[in-house]
Amino acid sequence: MIVRMPILQVQNLVKKFNGTTAVDGISFAIEEGKITGLLGPNGAGKTTTILMLLDLVTPTGGTISIFGKDMRHHREEILSKVNFSSPYVALPSNMKVWENLTTFARLYGVKDVKGKIEELVDFFDIRAFLPKMTATLSTGQLTRLNLTKALLNDPKLLFLDEPTASLDPDIADRTRTMLKRIQKERGVTILYTSHNMAEIDELCERVIFLQAGKIVDDGTPKELVIKYGRKDLNEVFLSIARNNNHASTQN
Amino acid sequence: MRLHRISALLFRHLYLYKRSVPRLMDVFFWPVIELLLWGFISLYLQKFDMGGLNIVTVLLGAIIFWDLLSQSQRAVSVAFLEDVWERNFLNIFVTPLTVGEFMVSAVLLGLVRVALVGAVMAVLAFALYHLNIFAFGFSLIPFAANLLLFGWAAGLFATAIILRYGTSAQVIAFSLLFLVQPLSAVFYPASVLPEGVRFFAYLLPSTHVFEGMRTVIATGSFPYAELGWAFLTNAICLFLSIRYFYYMFARVKEQGRLMKLD
Ligand SMILES: Nc1ncnc2c1ncn2[C@@H]1O[C@H](COP(=O)(O)OP(=O)(O)O)[C@@H](O)[C@H]1O
Ligand SMILES: [Mg+2]
Repeated sequence: MIVRMPILQVQNLVKKFNGTTAVDGISFAIEEGKITGLLGPNGAGKTTTILMLLDLVTPTGGTISIFGKDMRHHREEILSKVNFSSPYVALPSNMKVWENLTTFARLYGVKDVKGKIEELVDFFDIRAFLPKMTATLSTGQLTRLNLTKALLNDPKLLFLDEPTASLDPDIADRTRTMLKRIQKERGVTILYTSHNMAEIDELCERVIFLQAGKIVDDGTPKELVIKYGRKDLNEVFLSIARNNNHASTQN
Repeated sequence: MRLHRISALLFRHLYLYKRSVPRLMDVFFWPVIELLLWGFISLYLQKFDMGGLNIVTVLLGAIIFWDLLSQSQRAVSVAFLEDVWERNFLNIFVTPLTVGEFMVSAVLLGLVRVALVGAVMAVLAFALYHLNIFAFGFSLIPFAANLLLFGWAAGLFATAIILRYGTSAQVIAFSLLFLVQPLSAVFYPASVLPEGVRFFAYLLPSTHVFEGMRTVIATGSFPYAELGWAFLTNAICLFLSIRYFYYMFARVKEQGRLMKLD
């Protein structure tokens, strides 16, 4: 029998910031080609987890293995096929859009820099912004630019931290459509955080619930709705967040 | 080390310099002002009898060399600060870029800036004061190279300090060398320094460079010992700065501050 190797495997991952435990011994694996949602209230440890998976924050303990390789020993190799986007991490505003894209394409060692940018600016419909200063782009345009940057190296695995935060409903909806296309047309595996439960429900085949640094549940949105006997994922979220956080909601 | 990643960062800075007046002023304007200032001072001093000392050559040579050093240091520190100011660290270190490649690209930017400033100042010194710094042949080149190296070490050190204390410490990036300038015997021989201070002065590569440079200009003979000391102290400074930078970078990742650097 052939066991499919997960694209990402995390074992007993811990992060302590002098005193506070942000991530408290989580283990999970992600299979290739899916969109997985990482949910949880503010401060649950979602961002910290993603930053550790990208070797931007050093874990206190545990192991991370991506494409079957240990992050500690294969950082360059892994990161060349991974990418990341978050509206909280903007590209330099004092550079032109094409300068930013060219710089990152070169950093990733893209063979045909021009051709890759050409292909992606059409996919995201941002060709008209190429000669503009990045500072002049609107939030929605920046989101598309960030996603363009995130696809420059044809990643196999994409981490998105609240990609639709601060977008209006129309642009958020277009962004979701783009994410679905990225996953379908390019076969990219996506790990993704959001506070919008309807969005998670629409996009994710699987959700992992984090609470106070621990995984408290894991399953398809449908499974969780049934398991908690609620009418939608939003209610499941409230139920989990409030039950497990009894002490702090009392005061 | 991958060349394409180092050059990607270098090109990124060239994009910025190309259209930024403040950045170009930093390279071209201030060195020219300094050259004019010190040129006029030395022209004035020339009127007094200095016992055969060529004051124009000594002072102008000193200021040109000093600027090479300070350009080298500032280029390295500013290359780093550009990413702090634009909060770009997460983006660049989410690529396969390594800390070593990052340092090398900063250091190469220093080299480019030093070459530009050196050329501008050499031409101006010749046009305005008939000082040909190449008249000393190749003797001054190894000393200039040491200034470049010391600028790298100081630049990386200032950068590591900013990693540790945030941009509230960025004034260090612009003033660090002025702290060592009095000890470096730029405009006067180290022998005028008080006894107790002189020992510390000789720990600095810059002191050996400026002593050596004066020997070349005044006597025409080549001070091998000074050059040796300059290389030795530089090797130590560079080693310590690079280690300190790696250490601070690892600490920043430990504390989860890469995203929050400012
Ligand atoms: N660099 C840091 N230093 C100290 N504490 C941090 C740092 N980053 C995150 N934390 C803490 O770790 C916990 C998890 O934060 P985070 O991962 O940002 O949560 P989320 O993304 O789920 O909202 C929070 O309590 C937060 O205050
Ligand atoms: Mg977060």
